[in-house]
Amino acid sequence: MSAREEILSGIRRSLKATGAEGPRRAAVGARLAMRPRGVVPARGRRDPAGRTALFVAMAQAALATCAVVTSPQDAPAEAARFLRDANLPARLRMGADPLFADMDWSATQIEISHGPSDGHDLNGLSRAFAGVAETGTLMLASGADNPTTLNFLPDNHIVVVSADDIEGDYESAFDRLRALYGDGLMPRALNMVTGPSRSADIAQTMLLGAHGPRKLHIIVIDAAG
Amino acid sequence: MSVHAHPTTPQFSANAHRAMGDGNLQEALARLRVGFSTRRAAAIADLPEFDALRDAARDIKIHTLAHLDLYIEAYEQRVKESGGHVHFARTAEEARRIVLDICAAHGAKTVAKGKSMISEEIALNDALIAAGVRPIETDLGEYIIQLRGEMPSHIIGPAVHLTKDQVEADFRRAHTHLPHDRDLTEPSAMLAEARAVLREKFIAADVGITGANFLIAETGTSVIVTNEGNGDLSQTLPKAHIVLASLEKITPTLEDAAQILRVLARSATGQEMSVYTTFATGPRRAGDPDGPQEYHVVLLDNGRSAMLGTEFEDMLRCIRCGACMNHCPVYHAVGGHAYGWVYPGPMGAVLTPSLIGVEKGGQLPNASTFCGKCEDVCPMRIPLPKMMRHWREREFERHMTARPQRAGLGVWAFFAKRPALYRLGTALAMRALAFTGRTTGRISKLPLAGGWTATRDFPAPQGRTFQSQWRDRTKAKAR
Ligand code: SF4
Repeated sequence: MSAREEILSGIRRSLKATGAEGPRRAAVGARLAMRPRGVVPARGRRDPAGRTALFVAMAQAALATCAVVTSPQDAPAEAARFLRDANLPARLRMGADPLFADMDWSATQIEISHGPSDGHDLNGLSRAFAGVAETGTLMLASGADNPTTLNFLPDNHIVVVSADDIEGDYESAFDRLRALYGDGLMPRALNMVTGPSRSADIAQTMLLGAHGPRKLHIIVIDAAG
Repeated sequence: MSVHAHPTTPQFSANAHRAMGDGNLQEALARLRVGFSTRRAAAIADLPEFDALRDAARDIKIHTLAHLDLYIEAYEQRVKESGGHVHFARTAEEARRIVLDICAAHGAKTVAKGKSMISEEIALNDALIAAGVRPIETDLGEYIIQLRGEMPSHIIGPAVHLTKDQVEADFRRAHTHLPHDRDLTEPSAMLAEARAVLREKFIAADVGITGANFLIAETGTSVIVTNEGNGDLSQTLPKAHIVLASLEKITPTLEDAAQILRVLARSATGQEMSVYTTFATGPRRAGDPDGPQEYHVVLLDNGRSAMLGTEFEDMLRCIRCGACMNHCPVYHAVGGHAYGWVYPGPMGAVLTPSLIGVEKGGQLPNASTFCGKCEDVCPMRIPLPKMMRHWREREFERHMTARPQRAGLGVWAFFAKRPALYRLGTALAMRALAFTGRTTGRISKLPLAGGWTATRDFPAPQGRTFQSQWRDRTKAKAR
């Protein structure tokens, strides 16, 4: 018997089941199809302005920095300001996201390059397809628009998220994901990011910038803000 | 051969004795004792739904385990559809073989590894080295203990037993290409050094290996939860990504994972959410500028399917958060290495005998004061003390039929001989102590037991001795 068959039949022996039982199969089918939500914390249940405010507060509590701008056209200047204030070189690597392509970067002096990171980029720019207010979490999907390596290799990561894309809880953000990719389908990598990289592995002292970015700066685009 | 293959679990008493005289360890444990529990308590106070989420998380696992065969089939199907491979491994040996074959197919010389307890359980690094493949641990804690040739002493903080000075000495010994007189007094300087050293290794690695916190049946996805970002680099940069996971990591849906995620980080580190929670589904796709070209999952049984349907089934709900050891007076006193194998603390005391056999691991369930704190804090509501008692019964029965007064009793004697524990031997003292510790749940001074409490607090007992509970239990059984 193959390892696969032996493991499955071992499980069935322990469960006193055959795997062919109608009710068991129905229970599994129903859960995978209905995806019950369980307990969703009340804290994310707010109007859009409340969600954005909670998102910003929670992201800051996780040691990200945040700025709110009212239009996508204000994002390049905010990115430039962040780099300048942090004494970072005016260089930024980004993917092909149409949101960034439509922005006018010429006024900022920032030297732009495109594509994934090979580990030698100081600053990366990405767009999150969703934010989650309950914990200040960003959701980023892999692909040419926002290469995954940009989320982890650069020392400093700037992430743009639209206030319209901020949900109260993870479950609502998963629904948004399904609307983008289809039921049961996922991008190759979905990164939920809450604050900059950190480690407490040396003498239980929490330090930022372990392997991922030392700084995470979030630019929220909020027309109402 | 390493400690993995030769657990020192049977020598628990001697290990524990040594640990209690180790000044560096005691300094590290003193810090752990306060830090983790304070942060956890604060995070939980901020989430009114926490206990309801614990119930929900427990129920999800109970449902999943009862339908595990079917969810595994659904999961496997989804992984295949996304272009990945699922390999089934009955034993540690089979899992090692599968990993070595994949490494060989890629001509791998170095492997970048994210933190994986399964990798520790199957002693993968020894096997890789024997096959001429260099494993590089990239989690900072795992990297430090790899430099030292040690096992993790904690499931989420592998190097939690070490002081800053010890790590500095290890870095100076290992990173000989750097200037001798460099300043490493600040932990931040050591972190920057490790980051730079490991960055080059990530980029050079041929294969990346990670564990998984969840395997999602709905989508065929592996999920890792980290704070450093090392797991993500391990699974994104190399040509092939291998996920090592045991059967019980299967979780039905994204929604189910979200329920458990809400209790995981809060219980583990007291964070609202860990920094990186990454969902990986299959290999690089058309148009993807990054990601691995191959995606493999090694699904390990190693004794777990046999735990289903037994009194130890509840242990399969464990999400490896570490809360039970962070709140355990025995772990606080002796640290993780005394347990002699991969899994320390209360969860290790229950799991280890299941995985390496009661002959080798049967002593651990005695390493308990039965204070009940582990069950109180376990996010998955695993009845750890009850299962330790099951093991003790089994050990007892085994010795009744075989050689009397051996292993288990030795450990019990060890604890019974400690002055503080000796004093706990009478019900009167128990009640007095319960009163003394009522306000904080902890006692920092025990009269006449200075030797013990000089270095550690003793948790306030719940008012009844183990023996009295044992009597009630055996009586209940007899009825
Ligand atoms: S037994 Fe419970 S508390 Fe201990 S690691 Fe597992 S889930 Fe966490």
